Amino acid sequence: MRIDAANLHYRELNHQVRQAVAAGETSFELVNVNGQRYIADGIQGAVALDVHGVPGNDLGAFMDGPTVTVHGNAQDAAANTMNAGRIIVHGHAGDVLGYGMRGGQLLVRGNVGYRVGIHMKAYRDRFPVLVAGGVAGDFLGEYMAGGALIVLGLGRRPADPLVGDWCGTGMHGGVIYLRGEVDPAYVAARFVAVRPADDSDKELMRPYLKAFASAFKLDAAELLDHHFLRIAPISHRPFGAKYAA
Amino acid sequence: MNRAAHVPIFRPNEFLWTHDPERCARCKRCVQQCGFKAITWEDGPVADPAKCVGCHRCEAFCPQHAITIRPNPQYLRPHPLWSDAHRRNLWLQAETGGVLLTGMGCDLPYPILWDHLVLDACQVTNPSIDPLREPMELRTFLGRKPDQVEVSSDSSAAELAAPNLQVDTPILFAAMSYGSISLNAQKAIAMAATECGVMWNTGEGGLHADLKPYGHRAFVQCASGRFGVHRDYLNAGAAIEIKIGQGAKPGIGGHLPGEKVSQAVSETRMIPLGTDALSPAPQHDIYSIEDLRQLIYALKEATDYRKPVSVKIAAVHNVAAIASGIVRAGADIVYLDGFRGGTGAAPTIIRDHLGIPVEIAIAVVDQQLRDEGIRSQASIIAAGGIRSSADVAKAIALGADAVAVGTGALLALGCTLCQRCYTGKCSWGITTQDPALTRRLDPYLGSQRLINLINAWSAELEEILGAMGVNAVESLRGSRERLRAVGLDKTTCDILGVKPAGVGA
Repeated sequence: MRIDAANLHYRELNHQVRQAVAAGETSFELVNVNGQRYIADGIQGAVALDVHGVPGNDLGAFMDGPTVTVHGNAQDAAANTMNAGRIIVHGHAGDVLGYGMRGGQLLVRGNVGYRVGIHMKAYRDRFPVLVAGGVAGDFLGEYMAGGALIVLGLGRRPADPLVGDWCGTGMHGGVIYLRGEVDPAYVAARFVAVRPADDSDKELMRPYLKAFASAFKLDAAELLDHHFLRIAPISHRPFGAKYAA
Repeated sequence: MNRAAHVPIFRPNEFLWTHDPERCARCKRCVQQCGFKAITWEDGPVADPAKCVGCHRCEAFCPQHAITIRPNPQYLRPHPLWSDAHRRNLWLQAETGGVLLTGMGCDLPYPILWDHLVLDACQVTNPSIDPLREPMELRTFLGRKPDQVEVSSDSSAAELAAPNLQVDTPILFAAMSYGSISLNAQKAIAMAATECGVMWNTGEGGLHADLKPYGHRAFVQCASGRFGVHRDYLNAGAAIEIKIGQGAKPGIGGHLPGEKVSQAVSETRMIPLGTDALSPAPQHDIYSIEDLRQLIYALKEATDYRKPVSVKIAAVHNVAAIASGIVRAGADIVYLDGFRGGTGAAPTIIRDHLGIPVEIAIAVVDQQLRDEGIRSQASIIAAGGIRSSADVAKAIALGADAVAVGTGALLALGCTLCQRCYTGKCSWGITTQDPALTRRLDPYLGSQRLINLINAWSAELEEILGAMGVNAVESLRGSRERLRAVGLDKTTCDILGVKPAGVGA
């Protein structure tokens, strides 16, 4: 189903999508998207949405299963509290991506903004993964509780750090992989430990980098055959000793 | 140990546990009942007074009434500045270097404004109404009210109206999560809310599978930790609540320690077993009213605009402007939690010193929304220190649409306000996940006590309305003319919008 989003308020656009999904439609092409928020918000099941243009904030919030492909940049808060599914962004994406994300994948070809992966969490067979092809801003993986954040730094200038300040602040679960080196000053040493990724880490990353490579026509082996850093929490109970007995 | 380095610390006990051996039936029930393991058996019960929290469980279950728990009589030289509590806390911190924790609501003797407000009654010229004879309307609708209703031959106009919650009486249950309280306690509350036609509130702990049948009477919360929040959860509730703050701990996040994250709690919150459940403060995707609006509409979109969205905030100095922003951001309900509101765990210093009384918050928020002409766009739920039907009536007269009761509900389930919820050892089976303790609370019997409480307060509310000469709670709502202040200064009267007693109409 093709929907021309030009001059459509997000409420009308999303209403049309929800109605069609309820009627059994599983494939959508949204064209002339220009900042409409909440696309695929709360949509469940094997639905594919191709988004042409720039979707607005909260793309795929509370989403549970669909595949969203954005042929352009995405804005803030994509994959907010997402339960399952996949979002593929061919450009850059904004701040607060994957907040409280519990499952599925968010694959961004370019850079991601501040506060990405806050309170991502894993649960049973759900393991959320966010891959940024470029670099990430400050507070990556803040309060992270599960899943994996992978930052590849592709095409970055030598002066650009892979991540911004305060990486892993409050982190108490999950893992962050950075493809390359990072100045320790950027990492919240009070909460996390940093070491080079080993073979088991690469095994964990392999399927996600394959998915990333296939989405953006890159070579997965080339992506993986590189030095990675592994950032993981020191404790699952970072504030356990804070209180008087 | 280096004796010179060992500084003996005097830690006086709060309670004296005494036991009459003459009366004792030697049944050992006291030993079994104490969740804090303060009582051991040495040819008779022996209590470790350092472990006794004064919850009275052993006393209540002693068949011979042989146990008495009393405050430890004056043991420190009295000092007007250095209260016993200050000294006790300081010694504990000198020993541990830790932040003091507590449970339930603020226990410092700040003035209680409810007790300085009185309600009007009819005499001679304006007849009162007898609720025994006349119908009384307590039914309340919570949510955005339409500015106008266009009636057409089909039902399309009705569908355009914002969804409202219909409650049979304006007394709801406050947000208490599974994790902070036991499943049996939450189930008792959910059953009572359903039976009474009111609302309960999941708190930020997800919706346990056993409680899904009560979802149509639930606020399901979405807070910074997003625990248990997913599409089906949002759709299972009757309304969604974004929790920004809590009266007992304004500006503070939640922290359910890993010990309390049992198998069932982990399943309901959808997090791994035994990890800390951290609800950061603030929500790091909400730094402004615009950001809040974004989440409000993300939730509305996810549920197809079929659920009212509430935003819960702690009552703080700037509450009126914040509430105005919340309403303008699209919330259908503003939930105001005063500084006397309870908690399962909070730093004592935060609980006792941050925030403002809910009485003030209701008055200033109601006034601000009226002044801006947006009062009809959202309902106000007030909580944090509602102790009786009189407090309910006063809250409604000040401008609330409904109240929520948390501490009162737990008291009805057996709580004695020992304030040790954070330990997870509650002898009454309320704020614990220990199966040996939680099974003490029968959800069916518990719900009956809660139903009784709601029914009793509702009956009293009808009596109050009748005495005031009105036959609907709607007529009392925001009617501050029917309140008078006793012993309040002029500034406080002005803020509350209430005249002093003695001033006529």
